[in-house]
Amino acid sequence: MRRIIVCLKQAVDVSQLKVDPATRQLMTAGAPRKISDFDKNALEEAIRIKEKLGDVEILTLTVTSEDAKAVLREALAIGADKAYVVSDPSFKDVDTLGTAYILAEAIRKIGNFDFVLCGETSLDSFSGLVGSRLAELLGLPQISYVRKLSVEGDIVVAERTLEDAIETVRTKMPVLVSVTREINQPRIPSLMMIMRASKKEIVTWTVADLGIQRDKLSSKIDIIEVLAPKTERKKIKITGENAQEIADKLAKALIQEGVVGRR
Amino acid sequence: MNENKGVLVFSEKHDLTLEMLGKGREIADRLQTDLTAVVIGFNVQEKANELIKYGADKVFLADDQMLKHFQVEPYLSVLHNLAENYKPEIMLIGSTRNGKLLAARLATRLEAGCAPDCARLSIDEQGRLVGERITYGGNAATKITFRTKPQIVTIPARAFGKPEPRDRSGQLIKLDIKIEEPRTEIVDTKPLETSGVRIEDADVIISCGRGLEKKEDRVLLDELAQILEGKVGNTRPLAEDRKWFTEWVGLSGHKVKPKLYIACGISGVIQHVAGIRDAKVIVAINKDEQAPIFEVADYGVVGNLYEILPALKDALKKQLE
Repeated sequence: MRRIIVCLKQAVDVSQLKVDPATRQLMTAGAPRKISDFDKNALEEAIRIKEKLGDVEILTLTVTSEDAKAVLREALAIGADKAYVVSDPSFKDVDTLGTAYILAEAIRKIGNFDFVLCGETSLDSFSGLVGSRLAELLGLPQISYVRKLSVEGDIVVAERTLEDAIETVRTKMPVLVSVTREINQPRIPSLMMIMRASKKEIVTWTVADLGIQRDKLSSKIDIIEVLAPKTERKKIKITGENAQEIADKLAKALIQEGVVGRR
Repeated sequence: MNENKGVLVFSEKHDLTLEMLGKGREIADRLQTDLTAVVIGFNVQEKANELIKYGADKVFLADDQMLKHFQVEPYLSVLHNLAENYKPEIMLIGSTRNGKLLAARLATRLEAGCAPDCARLSIDEQGRLVGERITYGGNAATKITFRTKPQIVTIPARAFGKPEPRDRSGQLIKLDIKIEEPRTEIVDTKPLETSGVRIEDADVIISCGRGLEKKEDRVLLDELAQILEGKVGNTRPLAEDRKWFTEWVGLSGHKVKPKLYIACGISGVIQHVAGIRDAKVIVAINKDEQAPIFEVADYGVVGNLYEILPALKDALKKQLE
């Protein structure tokens, strides 16, 4: 049997995030949470591998400082077999190295696996570091930015999307793969799948269960400010009797700005 | 204690290395320390010499057949070795996809912090590096400092201008490092088709959003782009939902920094705006007076792009003559 571990982040749903216009602070506390989009692609890819190979177990793994039950239930409904969550309020202050360290310890406790699948980055913090950090901590070969994945025996072949090229890469399992959003279209669970998922197991671990030393989790960075970007724009409305008059005024303004015309 | 000193710059993309040397020089001067560049590859000594002209005091050269193509473990072993022996206080790594991968692995091996995609950098009063990056889908700019050294940041292409080359002298040091074997094998590399100028390099970009009714209507933008020697872009829905195009401008697509950005029929969702925030002048043309794009535009026209664009083309033609 093959075993795939999918790392799932419970992320702030950034499309529903509100900003206090006076202070430019984000109102993250009240914003809804969801599975980070990129991780949903990773889960979908795990399910597709399972559909192809048959004898595959899909485990999801989440590290969070919050209650993540709803998100984990969704992952189980979509097609994971079992969900693991490592939860502690102190994880709020953990950076990407700490997160990767907790994931690595949890994966070691889970034991045998063939794949670790991650999204290339996360919806909210958008750093794209954790997958690579995890590969380094686990000493695994890594294939990042994958848009196409196939398995032949013990060999994994994947297409990586780079800025100026598509690179096809192969390696032997076990391997850590991070996927881009173009790899697939994640499925939406049916009512039937949601009902079936209620019988699946969610395993909750604490820092103590994993034998993690707290000093390993001390952040290497300080986040000194998170504010809505300032917009320092002129906001000049150009009006006129008709399109041509407006266009003439706009053209004149752009020439005055020195942003059009001969270089 | 062995103090970390110096600014070290690396990208597997030569142009990006040059851009980072400009900013790196500024930071090194501010901290009164050295600027060092790293060149990794095969038969790349010429590139190494060029970096001195662009501001490096010292260039480390790792030239080996094993380093001909980017692979993370061999490249990582070079940078890790340098970080351990030379102990820089700041490492600027080019934020290509491979560069981000490299930075994350390096930071982990060094048990260090990493701030990716910092399009703005500064030094605070205590001489610490402050990196600024866009987070929460464009809703926020996050400022990060470091508790440990080296302070590792990755720098996107075109975040900083390329400096002027000058006649200056520096030191070239050839490295003899045991290179780690790659754990993956590259079977094939297909270059992506790029049609002429990349959108990131354009001085003028004219973009369309959902206000464009038919794909063919893009010709209105093309005509204007021709006069202004610009490029035409679009928003994510036109690519992802309508499948008209394969790429888009925005946080998850191309982040651009033109002199002029003309947004036509674009509502201005935060993810799109995050990709254009560094444009010098933004013009918005939209039928909907309430569209959020007007909040981030220098010049706003409430109107129909199908009327405004042809008129603007005529007006510019006339006035630029």
